Amino acid sequence: MAEFKEAPAGSSPLTHTTVWLENRFPTAFAGYKQHLSEYYAPKNFNFWYFFGSLNLLVLVIQIVTGIFLTMHYKPDAAKAFESVEYIMRDVPWGWLVRYMHSTGASAFFVCVYLHMFRGLIYGSYQKPRELVWIFGCAIFLCLMAEAFMGYLLPWGQMSYWGAQVIINLFAAIPFVGEDLALLIRGDFVVGDATLNRFFALHVIAVPLVLLGLIVAHLLALHDVGSNNPDGIEIKAKKDPKTGIPLDGIPFHPYYTVHDIVGVAVFLMLFTAVIFFAPEMGGYFLEYNNFIPADPLKTPAHIAPVWYFTPYYSMLRAVTDDLMNVFVGLVGVAGVLAFLRGGFTGIWRWVPLIVAVVGAVLLKYFDAKFWGVVVMGAAVLIMFPLPWLDRSPVRSIRYRPDWIKWLYGAFVLNFFVLGYLGIKPVSDIGTLVSQIGTLFYFGFFLLMPWWSRLGEFKTVPDRITFQAH
Amino acid sequence: MMKKRIQKLLRAVVALLAASLAASLMLLGPAQAAEGGIEWDKFPDKRITDMAALQNGAKLFTNYCLNCHAAGFMRYNRLRDIGLTEQQIKDNLIFTGAKVGDTMQIAMSPKDAKEWFGGVPPDLTLIARSRSAAGKGSGADYIYTYLRTYYRDETKATGWNNAAFPNVGMPHVLWELQGQQRAVFVDQKDPNDAAKSVQVLKGFEPITAGTMSTADYNNSVADLVAYLQWMGEPGQKSRVRMGVWVLLFLAVFTVIAWRLNAAYWKDIK
Repeated sequence: MAEFKEAPAGSSPLTHTTVWLENRFPTAFAGYKQHLSEYYAPKNFNFWYFFGSLNLLVLVIQIVTGIFLTMHYKPDAAKAFESVEYIMRDVPWGWLVRYMHSTGASAFFVCVYLHMFRGLIYGSYQKPRELVWIFGCAIFLCLMAEAFMGYLLPWGQMSYWGAQVIINLFAAIPFVGEDLALLIRGDFVVGDATLNRFFALHVIAVPLVLLGLIVAHLLALHDVGSNNPDGIEIKAKKDPKTGIPLDGIPFHPYYTVHDIVGVAVFLMLFTAVIFFAPEMGGYFLEYNNFIPADPLKTPAHIAPVWYFTPYYSMLRAVTDDLMNVFVGLVGVAGVLAFLRGGFTGIWRWVPLIVAVVGAVLLKYFDAKFWGVVVMGAAVLIMFPLPWLDRSPVRSIRYRPDWIKWLYGAFVLNFFVLGYLGIKPVSDIGTLVSQIGTLFYFGFFLLMPWWSRLGEFKTVPDRITFQAH
Repeated sequence: MMKKRIQKLLRAVVALLAASLAASLMLLGPAQAAEGGIEWDKFPDKRITDMAALQNGAKLFTNYCLNCHAAGFMRYNRLRDIGLTEQQIKDNLIFTGAKVGDTMQIAMSPKDAKEWFGGVPPDLTLIARSRSAAGKGSGADYIYTYLRTYYRDETKATGWNNAAFPNVGMPHVLWELQGQQRAVFVDQKDPNDAAKSVQVLKGFEPITAGTMSTADYNNSVADLVAYLQWMGEPGQKSRVRMGVWVLLFLAVFTVIAWRLNAAYWKDIK
């Protein structure tokens, strides 16, 4: 135990209270220092660095508004829709709480996508921040589950049929699919049992996992320290006397006041949506969801909410034609690895055998199943990013110029896929989404090669920073 | 060399993706707009803030709609928000034994409805919100078009059809006000198949006059639609009003946060 401190005689009651508390709960004081007042962050954070704290803000908004919503919401197939309208009409300020929650879901994904993009362009996932990235990817996965389950709760037509379509995807998994889908639904169709379990998962199970992962994400980050737009390790240059990084500044007060500016601007955009366009043209609240769920009436066009559409697009892109392309690609990869993979002896044959087995499996199972695999893989492929990227530098600033075009193409492609995912299926749309899917996976799977290409620029010793 | 080539290739990829986005926008846009029914007329949006129009709409709604359609999430006494007193609501707008704090229910059973109309008439509380369609217009636009484009069609069981909602199950409830009209179609080449022709609606011809002139009828329908739009979210006007104050507050807050930040950061060299 730390030594018991004594407040100097004649100090103020505030000092006495602080000393009293510090003697009894030193962890809180040490934590405050470690994570805020003596956590040294690089001083050159830019626009992209607002989104971490904004994610935390949106999380708090979602939890607090969620708690108030559960006070009036009824997870019962016969009452759910009505209870949401009751919140919107009869509960004082209920409409505001509900719109905050529904807009918050979309805002969460906006901030998370931008936060991930920041990590991508500045190489924040590279050594020694691999675990920070992996925890982040796990958070993203949880968030998707959380959003999907939450979307069923208003029990509108789109809630119902969106859940029906997505749960049915699990049924495409060979051997266990039907049972798995039954386990998720708790019934043969989406019904009261589904609504009840999704409610339980949405309000307590997934949020608990989410909170745990967020704590791990932040602790791991604070252990290794934040990256920055230059991708330079600030801990490499420390003040010899104090041991504080020369380019580091205490998170509190500098980044707390800085993030408040971000929060203020964010809240202006967020409240503008809440008060002036809570449906956001049908993208945040789909129009069809103002019709109560009707198991007997399938809507003509079922589209997920915007933040899922890039993945939904990739799912729909997997047709028999694309399967043939996959088989071809697996074959080419197998032959290349056989000829030039550098394997010796018996191992030489392994890539060929793997390719043949892969091709057989691709043709043996249904394209629908592989569509599900592609959709899942599109998210899971982000986990190994720290090992896919072989670039000798972190930040896009010091990578070859054409990398900017490549990342631009990746973002544009993600938008194209997202756009196609909200549209009904069409021939041209399917073709474009197939090209987009191949590009998306090519970006990640070929990264070990392209990330080493080109001329890298000299990384400076110290970060670039102009005083404000 | 390598660098130049890669850069060229990537530029081509970006151009291709941009072109495909543009192509899909052009090809998919009209494809969706063509789904079921004619283009929608624009509902006169200003009407939504006009109390007299909303009250007239409420009168039309309770008289003509609230016999077959319920508004199960709407309480009668919420009509105070459009300037009516509880006494006025009780005396003029409640035709059943309902209390003023009750929701707007109907007496027709779903079973009877199925037998008589082939389906249960949808609840109208949220009808204006639910019928919006991206690229086509708002739900109010749709209903404003729908209630004005009924026409006589002897091939239908009810004797009525609708240009905005082809093969609609509901007969024209407001026909006495509008009168009866027939649709005039013209043959046009099928844009997808030159050998075929399709019938395109050109307009309507009156058969019998209604009790209202066309202008009066359009006016009344606009009032009714304004009411339906209001009923979808009774708080929508106060929501927008409050939003202005919230944004003003946040604008001031942003300036303070910005200056506070600058005051701290001036130490960082």
